[in-house]
Amino acid sequence: MTRDDAMDLVRSVMREVAPEADLGAVGRDETLQEALDMDSIDFLNFVIGLHDRTGLEIPERDYPQLATLDGCIDYLSSRT
Amino acid sequence: MGQFKMPSLGADMESGTLTRWLVGPGDQVHRGDVVAVVDTEKSTLEVEVFETGVVDRLLVAEGAEVPVGTPLAVIGAAVGGPVPPAPPAPAPPAPAAAAPAPPAAAPPAPAAAGVAIGPAIPTSTRPALVASPMVRRLAGRLGVDLALVRGSAPGGRITRHDVEAAAGRPPGAPARPFIRSSPRARRLAAERGLDLAAVAGTGPGGAVTVLDVECAGPAAPPPAPAVPAGTGPAVAATQLTGAASQMTGATTRTTGAAPAAGPVEDRQAAMRRAIGALMARSKREVPHYYLSTTADMGPAADWLTRTNLDRPVASRLIMPALLLKAVARAVATVPEMNGSMVDGSFVPAPAVHLGVAISLRGGGLIAPAIHDADRLALGDLMGALRDLVSRARAGRLRSSEMSDPTITVTNLGDLGVESVFGVIYPPQVALVGFGRVAERPWAENGMLGVRPCTTVTLSADHRASDGHRGGLFLTQIAELLRKPEEL
Repeated sequence: MTRDDAMDLVRSVMREVAPEADLGAVGRDETLQEALDMDSIDFLNFVIGLHDRTGLEIPERDYPQLATLDGCIDYLSSRT
Repeated sequence: MGQFKMPSLGADMESGTLTRWLVGPGDQVHRGDVVAVVDTEKSTLEVEVFETGVVDRLLVAEGAEVPVGTPLAVIGAAVGGPVPPAPPAPAPPAPAAAAPAPPAAAPPAPAAAGVAIGPAIPTSTRPALVASPMVRRLAGRLGVDLALVRGSAPGGRITRHDVEAAAGRPPGAPARPFIRSSPRARRLAAERGLDLAAVAGTGPGGAVTVLDVECAGPAAPPPAPAVPAGTGPAVAATQLTGAASQMTGATTRTTGAAPAAGPVEDRQAAMRRAIGALMARSKREVPHYYLSTTADMGPAADWLTRTNLDRPVASRLIMPALLLKAVARAVATVPEMNGSMVDGSFVPAPAVHLGVAISLRGGGLIAPAIHDADRLALGDLMGALRDLVSRARAGRLRSSEMSDPTITVTNLGDLGVESVFGVIYPPQVALVGFGRVAERPWAENGMLGVRPCTTVTLSADHRASDGHRGGLFLTQIAELLRKPEEL
């Protein structure tokens, strides 16, 4: 998956999880949970959404790598 | 003959707007069926009926705002008790079978004059399906066996689309389909003259969100030339005008002389007022006392990590599920935390319906219940929590979830808050708060260590209990959290 595809994927999953969230206003290295006011259920739903689209198992110990937009893109583009 | 009334969906509710009927005269309803959709100041709720029978007539039109307790419909007695099994394989009805069904299908109905439900599914063999009466009626009309239909809505509920798909018929053909949508999205759509049916929903369960409506742009210009079905936006545009005027009509009726202010702001202001009124009442009437303790979350955190190693993503647990379960279980030790104040005296509740404070995006909060939370296995509780949160945010809660929490939990830990002393939701008598789970110094058996800890707080009603019992309750919660494998 290219970095652009990864970005699109993150954007589309985030629209499902937090429809009102404005991903465009979030810096690439900002913490998503804080910037978008996501609680732990939102974050879990986000991970489930990424899993559903990519088939990646995404173990819990990898969660910190998904904390920022850049982190998500690195993670997804290097594994799919 | 009974009346179906506008229910009280929380102590802060004075009136509700009946936004949609899901049944009509002649429909058979069963206790627990969702029969109507009601907007309150705080949210949109699916309202369940509490008796079994046949809808005789509807007393309130869609769009009307009426006070709590107003009769909405008359429910007649069930047709002659248990309905005799219909012939095993009813022939598919003729195309124009929307008309009253042959009277021979059922014994003469006393109340519902001549309107029996068509070749309906025989009650005796009716499996416990999750489908609204409207969907069941549609299935009867189309000759679809609901037992063979897979529900696509949360909780496996069968929607109109599922039935139509099973009948091999293009969905959404006649009538107005029921569109999942958030209240704010609906108002925005009405304001912009958009038909919700034309907006692709990206929210939970395909719900149409504010963003979807915004992305759908302004109302399209006059009907486009005929377009082949299935081409999305263009088709939508042709349907637009009629539905839009319907929606605007409803909105105007609802709000009376609609002010120029945006509906979204209206909703926000209304919710703020409703929360304010209830909390002011609580602070005025309920003699709160407050306690707090620090719970060692080490065992729970370790257990969670180990457990989730073996679980696929979708069935992983998160800490809030453990916290909720611990509270629900602790009630068994101190039952005077679980129940309600009725005319100044405490009435304990026979079950634990755990209210969960859920913050809504864009502001406000709502605290619907997870029913029988003390008896749910952790995985089921987790599923119920995810379902509840997504439905709360999409405006798809059910009336029973709003009307009967027996104790409430608020968890502000995710936001980094260290501790929260909440305001009790009348008529409940206790509210448990959790702060952030963070590493802190912890002394035990003369040894100092670092452990993940959280501050657990209790706000309780002094008319129902006092500090000693409250303290026991908090201690019990902390104890239960030290043995997560037993939760």
